[in-house]
Amino acid sequence: MKALSSLVFTLLLSLVAITSHAVIDGHKYPFDNEVDKVRFEVLAEELRCPKCQNQNLADSNAPVASDLRDKVYELMIEGQTDDEIVGYLVARYGDFVRYNPPVQKNTFFLWFGPIVMVFIGLIVIISLTRGGKKSQPLSEEEIVKLAELKAARSEKQDS
Amino acid sequence: MNRIWLFIPLILFVVMAIFLGGGIGRENKDVLPSPLIDKPFPQFILQQVEAEKQLTQSDLQGKPMLVNVWATWCPTCKAEHQFLNTLAAEGIRIIGINYKDDDEEAKIWLRDYGNPYEFNISDPKGKLGLELGVYGAPETFFVDGDGIIRAKHVGDLNRRVWNKYKVNFEKLSTHTEANSDVDNVKQEEAK
Repeated sequence: MKALSSLVFTLLLSLVAITSHAVIDGHKYPFDNEVDKVRFEVLAEELRCPKCQNQNLADSNAPVASDLRDKVYELMIEGQTDDEIVGYLVARYGDFVRYNPPVQKNTFFLWFGPIVMVFIGLIVIISLTRGGKKSQPLSEEEIVKLAELKAARSEKQDS
Repeated sequence: MNRIWLFIPLILFVVMAIFLGGGIGRENKDVLPSPLIDKPFPQFILQQVEAEKQLTQSDLQGKPMLVNVWATWCPTCKAEHQFLNTLAAEGIRIIGINYKDDDEEAKIWLRDYGNPYEFNISDPKGKLGLELGVYGAPETFFVDGDGIIRAKHVGDLNRRVWNKYKVNFEKLSTHTEANSDVDNVKQEEAK
């Protein structure tokens, strides 16, 4: 059973992998070595299509995405590094084309927001659990009432 | 004391509402900020659509201008074309970039719908478009007399949009003015 479910899971995963490379494979960018091929695929997945916005260059069928794939390929063949290629596109299309945005003033919330949220959550949890332990001692009145209730309960059980 | 904590969800809600509400209120979420603002127009050597002439970035100087990226395959370009004609008639200098298009079809278009452009740069492969960060025609760049990009508009130009840019466009320096300023300073220094 476990083997079956993991097989199904693997199959589903491979389906995802196939769809995300569909466009790249369709265009066939030839590389003479495996390293560059992987580099190209990683770049195409880390760069965002400026027109469609929620797809990367690898996924998108938009003409501008195809132009940018061609450009990335051209720059790679010229021998530029990954940073240079990303820099080239950022200089023209802005930080928007990066799915992996740099840490800077306007992305501060994006990067550290989750940590702040977790921190706030921790504070809330700690204060809640602590609040529970720090119960007030009973007042005179309450002690009397508690004794009465206990007495009433034991009477009930006796009868 | 503990009551203060009760307000945290409310405060969080208000903060999120302001953040997200701001996003919804933005006029057009598809418009990306251009990193080219206040940068010189990118270098290029391309043919003119209407004539056998080579154009470069130095042709984009002198009087402040709109540089309009358009194509015959672009429906919105057709929608804005009449307004460009109007602007040209009002004396606004407009340069065209015929983006990923066919020169012959572009010429027919200009003959049929009127030509608001001083000249058109032929960019059949979209190379200049890529240098400019163009991701969808029409796009319009506001370029001053020194060939510096001062603003960019994505989408069609119309009266409402133009009124928004007009004041700043009229303030852009012309190249000749800038030169004469320099000359004046030099003359004064000479005295």
